[in-house]
Amino acid sequence: MIRITCPHCGPRDQDEFSYAGDATRTRPADPATASAADWHDYVYLRDNPAGPHLEFWHHIHGCRRYVKVLRDVTSHQVLACGWPDADLEAAQ
Amino acid sequence: MIFGRIKDVNACRLPTGGEIDRRRALSFSFDGRSYTGYAGDTLASALLANGVTLVGRSFKYHRPRGIFSAGPEEPNALVELRRDGRQEPNTRATMAELFHGLEATSQNRWPSLALDAMELNDLAGRFLVAGFYYKTFMGFPGWHFYEKRIRAAAGMGKATTELDPDTYERQSAHCDVLVVGGGPSGLAAALTAGRSGARVILVEETDGLGGRLRSERETLGGVPAMRWVAQARAELESLPEVRILTRTTAFGYYDDNMIGAVERVADHLPVPPPHVPRQRLWHIRAGRVVLATGAIERHIAFPHNDRPGVMLAGAVRTYLHRFAVRPGRRAVVVANNDDGYRTALDLRAAGVEVIKVADTRPAGPSAWRERCAAAGIEVTDHAAVTRVHGRLAVIGCDIAPLDGSARPVFEPCDLLAVSGGWSPAVHLHTHALGKIDWDDGLAAFVPGAARQAHVSVGAARGAYSLSACLADGFKAGAEMAQAMGFTTGAVPDTPASDEPDQRPIQAFWAVGSGKKRFVDLQDDVTADDIALAHREGFVSVEHLKRYTTLGMGTDQGKTSNIIGHALMAEARGEPIPQVGTTRFRPPYTPVALGAFAGGDRGRHHTPERRSALHDWHAANGATFVEAGHWLRPQYYLAPEEPAGKQSMDVAITREVQAVRNAVGLVDVSTLGKIDIQGPDAGELLNRLYANGFKTLAVGKARYGLMLREDGIVYDDGTTSRLGEHHYLMTTTTAHAGDVMALIEWYLQVVWPELDVHACSVTEQWAAMALAGPKARDVLAAVVDDGADVSDAALPFMGVIEARIAGVPVRIFRISFSGELSYEINAPADWGTRVWEALAAAGQPHGLRPYGTEAMAILRIEKGHVTHAELDGRVTLDDAGMGRMASSKKWFVGSGMLDKPAFTDPARPKLVGLVPVDGKTRIPAGAILVADPEVPVPPGQLGPEKLGHVSSSAYLSPTVGHPIALGFVSGGPTRRGETVWALFPLRKQEIEVRIADPVFVDPEGGRLRG
Ligand SMILES: [Zn+2]
Repeated sequence: MIRITCPHCGPRDQDEFSYAGDATRTRPADPATASAADWHDYVYLRDNPAGPHLEFWHHIHGCRRYVKVLRDVTSHQVLACGWPDADLEAAQ
Repeated sequence: MIFGRIKDVNACRLPTGGEIDRRRALSFSFDGRSYTGYAGDTLASALLANGVTLVGRSFKYHRPRGIFSAGPEEPNALVELRRDGRQEPNTRATMAELFHGLEATSQNRWPSLALDAMELNDLAGRFLVAGFYYKTFMGFPGWHFYEKRIRAAAGMGKATTELDPDTYERQSAHCDVLVVGGGPSGLAAALTAGRSGARVILVEETDGLGGRLRSERETLGGVPAMRWVAQARAELESLPEVRILTRTTAFGYYDDNMIGAVERVADHLPVPPPHVPRQRLWHIRAGRVVLATGAIERHIAFPHNDRPGVMLAGAVRTYLHRFAVRPGRRAVVVANNDDGYRTALDLRAAGVEVIKVADTRPAGPSAWRERCAAAGIEVTDHAAVTRVHGRLAVIGCDIAPLDGSARPVFEPCDLLAVSGGWSPAVHLHTHALGKIDWDDGLAAFVPGAARQAHVSVGAARGAYSLSACLADGFKAGAEMAQAMGFTTGAVPDTPASDEPDQRPIQAFWAVGSGKKRFVDLQDDVTADDIALAHREGFVSVEHLKRYTTLGMGTDQGKTSNIIGHALMAEARGEPIPQVGTTRFRPPYTPVALGAFAGGDRGRHHTPERRSALHDWHAANGATFVEAGHWLRPQYYLAPEEPAGKQSMDVAITREVQAVRNAVGLVDVSTLGKIDIQGPDAGELLNRLYANGFKTLAVGKARYGLMLREDGIVYDDGTTSRLGEHHYLMTTTTAHAGDVMALIEWYLQVVWPELDVHACSVTEQWAAMALAGPKARDVLAAVVDDGADVSDAALPFMGVIEARIAGVPVRIFRISFSGELSYEINAPADWGTRVWEALAAAGQPHGLRPYGTEAMAILRIEKGHVTHAELDGRVTLDDAGMGRMASSKKWFVGSGMLDKPAFTDPARPKLVGLVPVDGKTRIPAGAILVADPEVPVPPGQLGPEKLGHVSSSAYLSPTVGHPIALGFVSGGPTRRGETVWALFPLRKQEIEVRIADPVFVDPEGGRLRG
C-alpha cells in the first residue's frame, strides 16, 4: 500500500485516496474552438510508460483535494507529490 | 522387529528437557483416537511423542506421509483442525500449538489413513507424471468433465460451510524499526535499536523468542544460549517503546515499507476468551525493517525420500531440544553439510542409536566430523542414501558410496535425518522487490540489493553461525535506528560462541534412480518430473512450475524450489543463477480470509444508510429494499396484510392509484444534493450541463442533463437557483458521490479560476415528494402563516421557502411522477415532523405513502428515464433528449457529439413497449429481435439484436396492462411495428408493439394543473 503526501494533510495511506487518472494529458486550451481530433486525443489517448508516471489522486477520505503524484509504476515508488498545477518532473 | 507403530503414551518423550510443561498434560485426538501431550507441544511434537509417524496422504499419489519438518515449511503433515464452524483444513501440524481437547483429522485418505484405496495412484504413477492431467483430460469431453472427479481423488482438506463463530480484527501500527524474527539476529537488532529510544516492533512467528536457539544446544560464553535469550527478552520488555508480538507472522512486505502480519491471538486456545479475537491482522508501517527471518532447510532427492520417518535434520534437533521428543530409536543421517554431524551428536546425546552418518562430500577436514568420530559414531564419506525401505514407516535404507566403488549396504533404522543445506528465507526481501544472488559457497540464494528501506541479517542473509548472527543483528539494529534519527551507543561486543567453524557445504541435490525421488513433497513432484519437463521443452523456471506444479502447494515450495531449479540447471547444463528462480509473493504462509475481513462481515460488511425518515417508514408498514448502501421503502403494507407477493402487488397498485387519483408521499432523501455558491456558480452549471443554465431565474428550478467528456449521458437532476449566487443541485441517488467528486475535479484542476464553492448536503436535508391531483390542497393546509402556494405564486418549476409545522422548508414544484407535485426539503433532524404534518393533512384526501416500486411504475408510465436507461451507453439523442442540448455554448461532452457512431441512424433509441396480447409481462433485460423464427445465420450466436428492454412495469394500473421502456434500432420511427422480446433464461418469446415512451398525459397537463 503506497503512501501519498497530500500537500494539505501530509503523508497518508493510499486507502484514503481514489485514483483520478492520468495527469499528463492536456485539455484543449480553448474548448469552444477545439477540434474533434483534439477532443479525441484528450478523451481517448493515453501513454502507458514503464517507469515514472504523472497521475492524479483524490484525497476523497481526507481534505478532498486533488493531488498530483509522480509514481514509478514498475516499483510503485512515489517520487513526488504536489498540488494539481505543480511541475513535479522539473522538481525531480 | 521393533519398528512397528509404538502405542504407549508418550513412549517417545525424553525423560527431561524441552520447553514443555510436564505438569500440564493436555489430551487431544487424531483421527478419533485420544492421546496426551504437554503444554508447549505442537500437534506434530505431541504426535511424535506418542509414536504416531503416519499423519497424511500425499496430494496426487496418496502416498503415506509423516512429519517432515518442525516449522512453517511443512509440506506433508497437513491436517483438518477443530470442527463445525471452526474447522480449518490444511493446517500444518508443525505450527498448531496443542490445547486441551484439540481435535485433528488426517486429510486426503479413504477409507482410512493406513489403508487408502487411492494409493493405486501410486502404483499407476508412471501414468500420472507431470503434465498427465493436461495431456489426458484436455480432449473430449474436456477438462471440466473430469475436473470434479480428479479433484475428489487428489485433494486437500475441506473447508467448512458453516459460519465462523469467532471474531477477527485489524490494527494499524507505526514504528521506527520493525524487526521480523525473534531469533538471535532479530533479538540483537531489537536490542540496539530499542536502546536508542526508537519505537521498535519485534514480530516472531512462534510462541516464544530464541528462533533456532530453541532447537539447538548452543552456548554463549559457556552458558546456554537460551539464557542470553531470556536476558534479551527481559531487557526489551523493560523498554517502553519496544513491543514484542509473538505468534505473529509477517506474511507480506508491501509498498512504502508496509508489512502485513497476522497475530494468532487465540489459535492456541480451544476457543477465544470473551471479547478476544481469534486472530488480528496488523498493518505495520515501518521507517526501517530488519529481516531476521532465518533459513529453511532443504532435503535431498533420493528414492522414496518421502516415507514417514524421513525428516529434515534440523527438525530432528528441534524435536529433541524444544519438545524433548525422540523422533526415532535407530537413526541414519545423510547430509551434504556439517549439520549431519551436529544432528548425529544430538541424537546420540538423547539416547538414540545412531547407525551411521553418510556425508555426500569426499573426505575432508571438519571439526564436526571429528567430534562425531570421537563420539564413536560411524561416518561414511562421499556416500548417500540410495533407497529408503518401508511403506507406512521407514524400516531401513541403502547407503552406497557415490563413486560406485561398492554395492549399497542396507542399514536398519526408523529415522532418516536428511540435510541438503539451508536456504535463507528471502521471501519478504523479494516481496519488497529486492534482488537475490546465487552464492556458490553456500549453495543458496542470498538477498542482494534492497529496493525498500530494509536489511537482511543473520541466517536470512546466509550468515549461519551464532556469533555472525549476533554481530549482524547488533549492527543492523543500531544502523536502522540511526537512519531514523536516533543516537545509539557503541555496538556491544558479541558474546563468544562455542561453535567450531563449519566445513563448506557441497551442492548436492539428487541421487539414485527411480520414479520416486521427491523434490516437492506437497505436490508430488519428482526429480524425474523435472527431467521430463526439460525433455518436453518446459525449461524456464516459470514453465517448469506450471508444468510440474513445483512449488504451487500451500507451502509454496519452501523446501523444494531450489532443488527443482538446481535439477533443471543441471539438465540444461547451466549454472543455477542463469536458470533463475520464481519470485516469491505474499503471503509467506497461508492467512485465513477471516483475518483480512476483520470486522467487515455480515451486517458490517458495508455501511447501511438510512434516511432521516427511516423510523417512520418502519413503524408504518414499509418493506425495505437496498438501493446501493441505502435502505428505501419498497412498498407499505397495512398491519393486517400478510407479507408476500400477492400483498405486494395489491400495495403497489394502491400506491400508484393514490398518486394518480388523490395524493401520495414518497421519501426522496437519497437523491444527491450539492449546494453551490459563488459569483461563478451559474457559469459552472452552464459548463457542466448540456442544456442552458444562464437564463435560470432566482426562485426557479430546471431539469439538467450532464454528459461525460466522451459525450455519453452521465447524470440528470433538477437544479434550483436559490439566490443570485446560490444554487442547489440534485443528482441521481447512484451518482451522488461521483458528481460531487467531478465538480471538485473541475473546480480544483480544470477551472481553478472559477470563484465557486460546492458542498455535498445530501445528508443535511430530508426530502419528500408530495404528488397527486390533491397535492396543492394538502400543501395549502399544512404551510404555516397561510403561505401562498397557488399556481400563480408557486408555478411549475417554481421554488419557495416556507414553514411547515414550524420547520423552515424549501418547496420545489417539480415532478417525477407526472402529477402535480412538490418536493419538500426539511432539515434532516426535523424531517419526520414535516413528513408527519403532511401525512396528517393528507389523510382527508386519501394520502398514501408510496415506495420505490410505485415510484418506478409512475415514472415508466411517464417515460422518464433513470439509470436503467442512462446506463453509460446512451447519448442524448438515444434517450430522445437531443433537442435539450444547447447549440449556443460549449459544455462538457459537446466536442464529442459529432462522432460518426453517435449519428449512426441504426443506434437503438428510447421507445415504449406494450405486449401485443395485452397481458404478458415484458421482463427488463430482454433482447429485442425482429423475428425469432428466422433461421440464425451460420457463425452467429442468435438472431440479430435490435435493442433491449431497459425498464418494465409488470402492471401499469393507469394504462391497465404491462408496459416497458426499451431501446430499439430506429427508435420512434418504428412506432406501431411489432418486434419480439426474448428472455432465454425463462425461455420467453413475447411479441411487443413499439409505442410512444410517454404512456400517460403526453401533453403534461396534469403536472402543470
Ligand atoms: Zn488531504
